[in-house]
Amino acid sequence: MMMKELSLHILDIVQNSIVAGATLIEIAIKVDHAGDWMAISVSDNGRGMDKVLLSQVESPFTTSRTTRKVGLGIPMFKAGAEGAGGSFTIKSTPGKGAYIEATYQISHLDRPPLGDIAGTLYVTVVCNDTIDIVFRYTVDDAGYSLDTREIRAVLGEDVPFNTPEVSQWIKNELAEGIHSLNGGV
Amino acid sequence: MKSIQELEAIRKKTLESINLRKDTEGTRIVVGMATCGIAAGARPVLTAFMDEAAKRNLQHVVVAQTGCIGVCRLEPIVEVYQPGKEKVTYVKVTPDMVGKIVTEHIVNGNPVTGYTIGYYEAHSK
Repeated sequence: MMMKELSLHILDIVQNSIVAGATLIEIAIKVDHAGDWMAISVSDNGRGMDKVLLSQVESPFTTSRTTRKVGLGIPMFKAGAEGAGGSFTIKSTPGKGAYIEATYQISHLDRPPLGDIAGTLYVTVVCNDTIDIVFRYTVDDAGYSLDTREIRAVLGEDVPFNTPEVSQWIKNELAEGIHSLNGGV
Repeated sequence: MKSIQELEAIRKKTLESINLRKDTEGTRIVVGMATCGIAAGARPVLTAFMDEAAKRNLQHVVVAQTGCIGVCRLEPIVEVYQPGKEKVTYVKVTPDMVGKIVTEHIVNGNPVTGYTIGYYEAHSK
C-alpha cells in the first residue's frame, strides 16, 4: 500500500520526529516547474539515529514501534520518490537530529499529488503545540512560510493552539497562505 | 503569515475561558496516527474532530494524536477518554461518523455503540 498523497507521507515522517523527542521540526517543500522537479524535506533536532539504525531504517523490517515488527513509513516514502524519477536521502547525527529529503520529477506518471498539505500542517501544528514547527513552501518564485514560534510569541504561554479560536485561525492561515501560491502539484 | 495581528485579539478573548478549561478535567479524543492509521484515512478523521470541537466551541475537549494503537486492520481508530468512565474505542472511523460521535457521545454522553470495536468484532464474523 502506498500513500495517496505526498502530504500524507509528510504527516507520517513528522511522527518519527515527534517520537524522537524533537522540539523543532522544519518542513520544506520546493517546487520548480521549469526544472520539472520538486523536493520535500523534514529535519528535526530529535535524538537522531546511530549508524546502525540509519543503515537499517530504509528496510521495512526495522521499526521502533512495539505493537508489531514492521515499519513502512520510511520505506514507502523512499520507494515512492525513487519510483517517480526522484531520489531519497536520509542523514542523522545521534543526539543532534535527522534530515530526510525526497525529490520527484513533477511530470512523472507515478508521482502522487501533494494533496491536502494544509490539512497535514493543521493537525501537526495544533496537536503538537509544545513543538516548534517551521513550514516553508516555495513554488517557483513565490513562497509561503509559517513559523509557530511567531504564533507562540503573540499568544504567550497560556493559550494552547487547540483553543477553538486559535485552531481555526491556524487552519485559515494555512489554507489562505497555501492557496495564494496556487501550487497545484 | 499575514493575519498574525488577529491573534492578539483572539488571545485577549480566550484567556478567560482558558482558565476555566484548566480547572476542569475534560474529554480526550485520541486518533491513531501511525503509518497504518494515516494510510487508512486518519487525517480527515482527525481534522473533522478538530473542526467539530472548534465549531461547537467545546472548551473541555482535547483532540490529540497518538501512534499505533495495535489493531492496524481496524484503522482509523479513535479512542475517547472521559473522567470516571471506561474508554470507548471506535474503529474504521470515517469523517461522516464524526458528527454523530461528537453529538451523541461527547456532548450527550451516550457512546455510539454501532461504531465501537466491541460491536464490530461481534458482528463482522
